[in-house]
Amino acid sequence: MRTLLVLFRRELALAWAGGGGPLLACGFFLCLTVLVPLAAGGDPAGLKPVAGGIAWLALALSSILSLERLFERDLEDGALDLIALGPVPLELVVLTKAKAQWLAVGAPLAITAPLAAVTLGLPPALAPLVGLSALIGALGFALTGALGAALALGAKRGGLLIAVVVLPLFIPPVVFGAGALERAANGLDPTPALAFLAAYVLFAAVVTPFAAAAAIRNAQG
Amino acid sequence: MITATSLTVSRGERLLFRDLSFALASGEAIALTGANGAGKTSLLRTLAGFIRPDGGTVAFADVEPAGARANHVHWLGHLDGLKSGRRAREELTFQAQWSGADADGIAAAVDVLALEPLLDLEVRKLSAGQRRRLAFARLIAAPRPIWLLDEPFAPLDARWRAALGLLMQAHLDKGGGLIAAVHDPLPLPARVLDIGAGR
Repeated sequence: MRTLLVLFRRELALAWAGGGGPLLACGFFLCLTVLVPLAAGGDPAGLKPVAGGIAWLALALSSILSLERLFERDLEDGALDLIALGPVPLELVVLTKAKAQWLAVGAPLAITAPLAAVTLGLPPALAPLVGLSALIGALGFALTGALGAALALGAKRGGLLIAVVVLPLFIPPVVFGAGALERAANGLDPTPALAFLAAYVLFAAVVTPFAAAAAIRNAQG
Repeated sequence: MITATSLTVSRGERLLFRDLSFALASGEAIALTGANGAGKTSLLRTLAGFIRPDGGTVAFADVEPAGARANHVHWLGHLDGLKSGRRAREELTFQAQWSGADADGIAAAVDVLALEPLLDLEVRKLSAGQRRRLAFARLIAAPRPIWLLDEPFAPLDARWRAALGLLMQAHLDKGGGLIAAVHDPLPLPARVLDIGAGR
């Protein structure tokens, strides 16, 4: 457990080192949400019903940005070999890296999300729900994203490959997350959609570490 | 400590070696030689468990393989695993703690390898030889019986080659074992295993 904490702290430091990747992701997020009203024309009322959906789409896209560095960097400089010979199995390493990714990148995005959604016309009363659902969803994005990053290891143009592999897997959380906001906006209870979102995250937490660890072992061989 | 039995490893279509068998005893050093591309690195990576051999087995004495490799093997490849943007101290602490070292072990390694003046520098400012010393520190800080070294001396100057040789000898005297891929002879008594000749 102590050793995992060592890795966790290193991952957090690396995420923020050299240019502040999380801030970049938040900037990208805000840019997307500014572009949408411009592209959709000058009618803010028309955006209102889809504001939650757009915020979730932007969240999913922003979550992909820093995934390329998650394992690739460690493979390139040999740190992955060292990590593989550590005291804990690779599956736990994947889980730890995904959690660090969530805290370093996902959490700042989840703080940015309510701001963006309200700018797009979502009722401010729903802002806490946006933040909460984005925080849950971002953990799912980090977990499935870790799988995509592991699968793309060693591939040329890995970043693009990650986006293509991972975006289809991001569909369920986007549907559930945006669904929760839509239900709440219509005065319904958002809990069922949130429960589905949480179920997706739990499923990802169980499955992706094994799949990603297998992909990493394959890339090392 | 390690017994390799009829190891066969190929990379892609190319067969590197076939039916390679050898054993590493406690207190013994093996110098792995062979031409460039003969498969020295691949053999070391197979022993470390990174490459699954096409045939044959790697057994660790008194230790079940696979999972337990982690606690018994130190791997030092020609990539040192150091992040260039971080400070030497941060990287050393991570590598050593991840390998199981405590504060005393790290302090001892810093002392032995004269790393103190480097610790506050960013890794990118270090020379190749200094980086190698920094990466080597985890082997001193966290004792593990088997060292697998890929060209450990390549970037080092004469003084540090000799110093590293003494550290290796000390490791062997404590009952450890090591296998090093080298082009020049190891600066300590070692059995030579030439993999180019086994074909």
